[in-house]
Amino acid sequence: MSGNSTYTPSSGIEKWLDERLPIIRFSKEHLMDFPTPKNLNYWWTFGAILAFCLVVQIATGIVLAMHFTPNVDMAFDSVEHIRRDVNFGRIIQGTHAVGASMFFAAVYIHIFRGLYYGSYKAPREVLWILGVIILVLMMATAFMGYVLPWGQMSFWAATVITNIFAAIPIVGEPILQLLRGGFAVGNPTLNRFFSLHYLLPFVIAAVVALHIWALHVPGNNNPTGVSVKDDRDTLPFHPYFTMKDLFAIVVFLIPFAWFVFFAPDILGHPDNYIRANPLVTPAHIVPEWYFLPFYAILRAIDFNILFIDSKLGGVIFFAGSLLILFFVPWLDRSKVRSGSFRPLFRPFYWLFILNFFLLMYLGAQPAEGTYVLLAKISTAYYFIYFLVILPLLSWIERPAPLPASINEAVLAKSKSA
Amino acid sequence: MKNMKSFIKSAVIKPVLGAILVAAGLGLAMSANASETAAEPKQGNWTFAGLFGTYDENQLQRGFQVFKEVCAGCHGAKLIAFRTLAEEGGPGYSEDQVKALAATFTIADPEAPDGERPGVPADRWPSPFTTQEAIDSFGIEPPDFSVLAKARSIHQPFPYWVFNYFTAYQEGGPDFIYSLLTSYEENPHGVEVPEGKYYYGYPGSALSMPPPLSDGLVDYEGDAPETVDQYAQDVAAFMMWMADPHMVERKATGFRVLIFLFLFAGFMYLVKRKLFSNVAH
Repeated sequence: MSGNSTYTPSSGIEKWLDERLPIIRFSKEHLMDFPTPKNLNYWWTFGAILAFCLVVQIATGIVLAMHFTPNVDMAFDSVEHIRRDVNFGRIIQGTHAVGASMFFAAVYIHIFRGLYYGSYKAPREVLWILGVIILVLMMATAFMGYVLPWGQMSFWAATVITNIFAAIPIVGEPILQLLRGGFAVGNPTLNRFFSLHYLLPFVIAAVVALHIWALHVPGNNNPTGVSVKDDRDTLPFHPYFTMKDLFAIVVFLIPFAWFVFFAPDILGHPDNYIRANPLVTPAHIVPEWYFLPFYAILRAIDFNILFIDSKLGGVIFFAGSLLILFFVPWLDRSKVRSGSFRPLFRPFYWLFILNFFLLMYLGAQPAEGTYVLLAKISTAYYFIYFLVILPLLSWIERPAPLPASINEAVLAKSKSA
Repeated sequence: MKNMKSFIKSAVIKPVLGAILVAAGLGLAMSANASETAAEPKQGNWTFAGLFGTYDENQLQRGFQVFKEVCAGCHGAKLIAFRTLAEEGGPGYSEDQVKALAATFTIADPEAPDGERPGVPADRWPSPFTTQEAIDSFGIEPPDFSVLAKARSIHQPFPYWVFNYFTAYQEGGPDFIYSLLTSYEENPHGVEVPEGKYYYGYPGSALSMPPPLSDGLVDYEGDAPETVDQYAQDVAAFMMWMADPHMVERKATGFRVLIFLFLFAGFMYLVKRKLFSNVAH
């Protein structure tokens, strides 16, 4: 959807620049004039919120790196030094730590919105795949960041999660040693995690650029799922959606600030205020809340499947729970994008969301008793949703009639209101 | 083909969906019953809890007295600089008091003529033992107090912990400390206590620490009761301050930030509404 700009260089300098690097033309086309469906609801503001989150994490992270010491004897104290002695340190550190949680909260909403409105369907498959890549990169970055304060949970999370790779046949052991920089988690681990934690956000930023590029080729999906037909369906991105997104960002900042200023530790685990001690294993090793659903899937496989032992099985399901997202565009064959017009899809979709929260709850519980059985059922539904329900639904479901265009849907809505 | 589809719809999908919902409900109900039977923690009546909470200067001073006269014999607080005691929102000592206090400590300093010198406000609270000394005499290193109040918490069953997200209650640490210090049992019923260990009803474990507090142990200047319960609350409050000495300032900033954000959000909403007012959307 390029060439939507009415840009004409107004001065000599602009004309000169336009012939050499048309950056003003590009900005006007993509940041201002870009035609955006006028019926987008507030679930569509999370893209801008996520871009904002990335900027916040990078900006606060750069300052934190100036005061942090990546050494097993000093890391814990250096984080406390930031909170106690560095000017504005407790706000910057709190924002970075809470920011990770807010980032994940926003990304899960963004993904669930995509799953509901079928934003992964043609012609947006590449856009979706790039999004899944961003999710995986975010998880790696957040995990390594959590290790840096070198508390008990940092250390033991690093131990447990790097251990996952040891389950892979043949190459597992070398990968494990490469990740840890030795046979056990120690100073080399902390150093390489710090280095990678600084690197990956910039890789994320690059993939985000591709994600937005891939968005700007077909343009936004919208709540009706009906493609844009003509100018009556759209509004220019600026000022309509710049202002709407900014409003949403400010609203998003309210719970963000609530946590930073009034409950900065509530999203973390008390054990991470105990210095890392390789000789003492915490009673329950629990990851941050945003990893809990996947952690529950990892632990749910406690039985051998043929020649695959339970440990490798868990890793396969854990990796599979993320990898399966890459294939969603081809698993859901329904021609109708939006869940609003798919009566049979909706209950399964909401059950999937409920199930995701159930997995989150189960990931925080000890792996014993009913929790184990529930985790298995829950894990099964996670996969069945993608592998069985979505393909089957596209075959048997009879969707509701679609509006002829976005404009028509909007007019019908405003008439009935 | 069409019959097949409707057959799948009625005979497969709906029962499956129903069965999943029933299974999930049953499982939740069962897991709710599987609660543990541990000693109930006590929750203190903290002045610093919640949205508007601030530290009580008098309580922090009493807590500091307990810490200095009792706890500091074994426990360090190596992240706490003496100067912090004079900072705003804390126990409210004057700079001269802190200077005098610091001078009563001897600080190891390789650059001093004798390898040690009297303390100054910029020094950190010295640990009473090195790790090795502590392990030699106690068999375990007494935990450092600097962030200990944040490293402990009480367990609250669902849904009670959810409320904390809305009340900003983060005082599980002081609750834990208060509960532990007031729960020593000399002859616990039906519990085998190993030689040289001491049993605490909360959290229900035998520790190396002998019961540190007893009624009348510390002489308070004011008229606060000189009881184990009061000592325990005061020292728990002081430990929370040590772990989070700038809490009062943080909350004060938070109010300004939230007020700004609410106003900004209000104005942005008006901007957005005005923009979209003449387009159907």
